Amino acid sequence: MAALIQKTLAELAAGLRGKQFSSVELARGLLERIEAAQPKLNALITVTRDAALAAAAAADRDIGAGRGGPLTGIPLIHKDIFCTEGVRTSCGSRMLDNFIAPYDATVVARLRSAGMVMLGKANMDEFAMGSSNETSFYGPVRNPWDARLVPGGSSGGSAAAVAARLAPVATATDTGGSIRQPAALCGVTGVKPTYGRVSRYGMIAFASSLDQGGIITASAEDAALVLRAMAGFDPRDSTSVDRPVPDYTAALGRSLAGLKVGLLEEFFDKGLDADNERQIRAALGVFAGLGASLREVSLPSIPLSVPAYYVVAPAECSSNLARYDGVRFGYRCREPRDLLDLYRRTRGEGFGAEVKRRIMTGTYVLSTGYYDAYYLKAQKVRRLIANDFERAFRDVDVIMGPTTPTPAFEIGAKTADPITMYLNDIYTIGANLAGLPALSIPCGFVGKLPVGLQIIGPHFAEERLLTAAHAFQRETDWHRRIPPGYE
Amino acid sequence: MSDRNWETVIGLEIHAQLATRSKIFSGSPTTYGASPNTQADLVDLGYPGVLPVLNGAAVRMAVKFGLAIGARVAPQSIFARKNYFYPDLPKGYQISQYELPIVVGGALDILLDDGAVKRIGITRAHLEEDAGKSLHEGLAGSSGIDLNRAGTPLLEIVSEPQLRSAKEAVAYMKKVHTLVRYLEICDGNMQEGSFRCDANVSVRPQGAQQLGTRTEIKNVNSFRFVEKAIQYEVGRQIEVLESGGRIVQETRLYDPDRGETRSMRTKEEANDYRYFPDPDLLPLVLAPSFIDEVRASLPELPDAKAQRFVAHYGLTPYDAGVLTASRELAAYYEEVVRHAPGEPIAAAHWVTGELAAALNRDSLDVTDNPLPPARLAGLLARMADATISGKLAKEVFEAMWASGREADAIIEEKGLKQITDAAAIGRIIEEVMAKNPAQLADYRAGKDKLFGFFVGQVMKASRGKANPAQVNELLKTKLSS
Repeated sequence: MAALIQKTLAELAAGLRGKQFSSVELARGLLERIEAAQPKLNALITVTRDAALAAAAAADRDIGAGRGGPLTGIPLIHKDIFCTEGVRTSCGSRMLDNFIAPYDATVVARLRSAGMVMLGKANMDEFAMGSSNETSFYGPVRNPWDARLVPGGSSGGSAAAVAARLAPVATATDTGGSIRQPAALCGVTGVKPTYGRVSRYGMIAFASSLDQGGIITASAEDAALVLRAMAGFDPRDSTSVDRPVPDYTAALGRSLAGLKVGLLEEFFDKGLDADNERQIRAALGVFAGLGASLREVSLPSIPLSVPAYYVVAPAECSSNLARYDGVRFGYRCREPRDLLDLYRRTRGEGFGAEVKRRIMTGTYVLSTGYYDAYYLKAQKVRRLIANDFERAFRDVDVIMGPTTPTPAFEIGAKTADPITMYLNDIYTIGANLAGLPALSIPCGFVGKLPVGLQIIGPHFAEERLLTAAHAFQRETDWHRRIPPGYE
Repeated sequence: MSDRNWETVIGLEIHAQLATRSKIFSGSPTTYGASPNTQADLVDLGYPGVLPVLNGAAVRMAVKFGLAIGARVAPQSIFARKNYFYPDLPKGYQISQYELPIVVGGALDILLDDGAVKRIGITRAHLEEDAGKSLHEGLAGSSGIDLNRAGTPLLEIVSEPQLRSAKEAVAYMKKVHTLVRYLEICDGNMQEGSFRCDANVSVRPQGAQQLGTRTEIKNVNSFRFVEKAIQYEVGRQIEVLESGGRIVQETRLYDPDRGETRSMRTKEEANDYRYFPDPDLLPLVLAPSFIDEVRASLPELPDAKAQRFVAHYGLTPYDAGVLTASRELAAYYEEVVRHAPGEPIAAAHWVTGELAAALNRDSLDVTDNPLPPARLAGLLARMADATISGKLAKEVFEAMWASGREADAIIEEKGLKQITDAAAIGRIIEEVMAKNPAQLADYRAGKDKLFGFFVGQVMKASRGKANPAQVNELLKTKLSS
């Protein structure tokens, strides 16, 4: 197993085809690792052992019969925000602890039909609201690099699982940084595609205009392979974009000579940890060495991204989460006296504190008399930020900077003060507000802890981002580092 | 009560259920009357992760309506969420259109009792989804929820507050009802709730500029109830104001059993709906070419048809209005005229008279009419060529209605053919004169009034078949000879 977890997806696929090992062996090995890691990391909410082994056996038969594609027989973990037919889909909440999804999300269906084998469902912040995975009803996920620390969030389970090599691939979602931030804190590669690139159907909504499904893997090369299978137009999602999906893998070998890299002035501010900054600057040097030209760019409105986000996202969440009323599915309080009591207690008992905080904030900013001052103003700020990016991308091909201000912090360190917690997303939120693709790759360490480099591109420039990330990963081995104890 | 001192102001919000096969944001069928919750899929149930996808057929229907009332069809409209909690509202919000509706402006003309035409402005019409139904009967203290109706497409048509009486409100509502059926965008079935309205009612002193405080009567689903509910509400408001009270802005329900409106909730208890654009749906953008294409597909509209009937067939505006109130009735009329080209006015009288009465009596729709237009035209022809009199024609009509047979066959069989042979009529007259010597003597002695008696006797003896004009003429000659 120790050798298998070092392999890229392409190598795993070749091994499966060459009968060096079977999908069942691969799945079984990873299920054992999951079992062993679970008490330490709490990365998964549900392990679907029997279904995984059955799917792996089916994949082996397909491979034996010469059928299937590059992902057939490759195991993965789905973030528990994606509906999986017949399997509990909790969204990290007591509200959906008893919810067995009656259908597959489009992402799940696509990866299933690509032959991938689901091992289980990853832990996450409740309804994807959090930056540390501490708001999960199922308890916090721990960082594989140091179990006292958070893995980031909300896709903390996905990032921790890939970092600890419990699976080569985990799906994730990103509303304000929920793929990139945990990827950075766990030392893995996390890709948030352009808004509309990946279907949101079956992905439980937090903030619909910001949510985007994506992928966490060890490398950009692996991400390219999976993203191609999960992306594309979905007639069930009106906001998905009808535009062909390129072969991301095919572009990976391209040279970076002449690539114009913008360094975001506003991201290298006093909030950025000095050690973190050193690693980022060193990584930028690697890009310069690959032929990229670096120049400063400014996005004057970007400092407003956190306040704008914390109006828009709660507003949408307050409406999206209204359906959890105890009437048709999910948690219902015991013996409600009447309708109002049913609503109050179901929602009071079913949701955690952070979710309630955001529902209340969102309800407030949409209320008569406050709508213009908050929601409408935030939408205008959003437009300004999008314009800033658009202007910047006239001069540069990609924008690079830190993913997070600091490496992973201790569990409990920021739970008392939501604002401090929210500032963790200061570098990632802009891409969500503008709907841009962005990724985070490991680019060094501060002490024992990984640091993430963020690369942001114009709409539908996933290919460019992956190419840049892959070129960097050919020069460096940060993405191959595995946390001690998980080798 | 002194109604004369008060002016009534009414605006209607009509909800027309669009006649699409599937729902507005899901693929579930919209058929009425299925067992509870059998026509609700995961989207209608508001399951976690599902998303709405707009039904193009509903959009086309809304555009049709907009074009038919001369409105502006918005090149871009926005779906918004109206947020409130209720068990029959699965998502906790209704998807509707708020700031930017698909249809803006427009008007419809109504015919007043005095024959004048009044133009009623339409503020807007917007697309939205219906909610489900809560069921409170037969469930032993608990409530049931049927989500079959959830997600059914509605067009909400909002009038300007330009209606000045319950009668005007009903005339306007009927006009909209006719139009949506012409356009085939709504089946107009009021019993099933496919066409219903909310009435905003207020009163103000005659001559006042400012509007009075209004109340909203919710969910009225018959023309008669609309009239009665408004009449009651107007009376109630005047009474409150005249006794020194003030009107509370509130939502009221009409109780048809008691014939009164009752308070449902006041403005203070009203929800703050927290409208905002639905991020799951992109702005609805309509290309000019699409709007042009829909415009080209519009049928002849009721008013244009009525005007044509007046100009082309010489009908009165009233008859033209009655005939064109239903697209099917108008089509039937035109078929009759096509078969009896010389008789457009008689055809109008027969279609709006005997035929409408027979349909009404047998509770039949014009589409279930047992009498094909050619048959009715055949009857008109026999009247025109004096084969039968108008009086006997009614008898023939009834027989045709019952049997579906042709007029000629019935006239033949029943021997109803009019007697126009002067010699035959002369013989009947002579028999009548022979049988009534006393009356004959009186007549000849100058009692002219008895002429009518002889006409009656001759018609009776001919069993109504003698041509009345000939009877008159021959009688005159024979009685005085």
